[in-house]
Amino acid sequence: MIWPLSLSRRGRAARLVAVAVFAALASHAALAVAVGDDAPALSLGGPQGSISLAAARSKGEWTYLDFWASWCGPCKQSFPWMNDMHAKYGNKGLRIIAVSVDTRSADADRFLASNPASFAIAYDTTGDTPRRYGVKAMPTSMLIDPSGRVVLIHAGFKPDDRSALEDAIKTAMSRTPK
Amino acid sequence: MTSSRLLYRAPTRIALLLLALASQVISGCAMQPPQAFEKGNLAKREMTLGSDPLEDAFNQHVYFSKEAASGGTGVGGGGCGCN
Repeated sequence: MIWPLSLSRRGRAARLVAVAVFAALASHAALAVAVGDDAPALSLGGPQGSISLAAARSKGEWTYLDFWASWCGPCKQSFPWMNDMHAKYGNKGLRIIAVSVDTRSADADRFLASNPASFAIAYDTTGDTPRRYGVKAMPTSMLIDPSGRVVLIHAGFKPDDRSALEDAIKTAMSRTPK
Repeated sequence: MTSSRLLYRAPTRIALLLLALASQVISGCAMQPPQAFEKGNLAKREMTLGSDPLEDAFNQHVYFSKEAASGGTGVGGGGCGCN
């Protein structure tokens, strides 16, 4: 086959393609929220009404923010534990907000019917909130202090994680007075 | 346009056509894979390759024991972060 372009032109074209591909990939890389960062604003609707981070902050409360989905097995395992945490630390200044990332809130409702939650539920059917928080695994949870700073990030959920995670929450909440 | 000029130009046109087709294929790899929170459809029962979940679990167990690699067969372990 006769290649129609000269070698130097081919080189230039290859470089252009490489730059274009790199730029396309780089623009897609979502910046994840890290420990120490300010938690991005959050204001969503839920079955109990509107939920926002600012409301928890104004009350000087800690927030345990959890991203879950009806189709996610480990999320199902985390619900009884979060009910426990709500019962234990709800009156000690910990507010649990569980954001459903289901694209249809009816799926989340069906899940909640068989996995009742005593804590606050919010729906994000667009995926905007998990994208802004840079959620890399399901479920992902974050502990946010009263000043709005992320102090703990936990990816995934295994029954073995329960006590360590509870200890981490307890330690964080005791270190910084409310 | 004379026939000789047409013949001269033909390879360039074919090459440009191939390049255009190749760019379509190459951009397929640059597509954004679904994020962890976008795997609702992938998590559906009908998206699994096998017919029996228990048999699939056994096969996966043998596979990751022998190959020291797991995931990629569904939503779990393939970015779910939960194995």
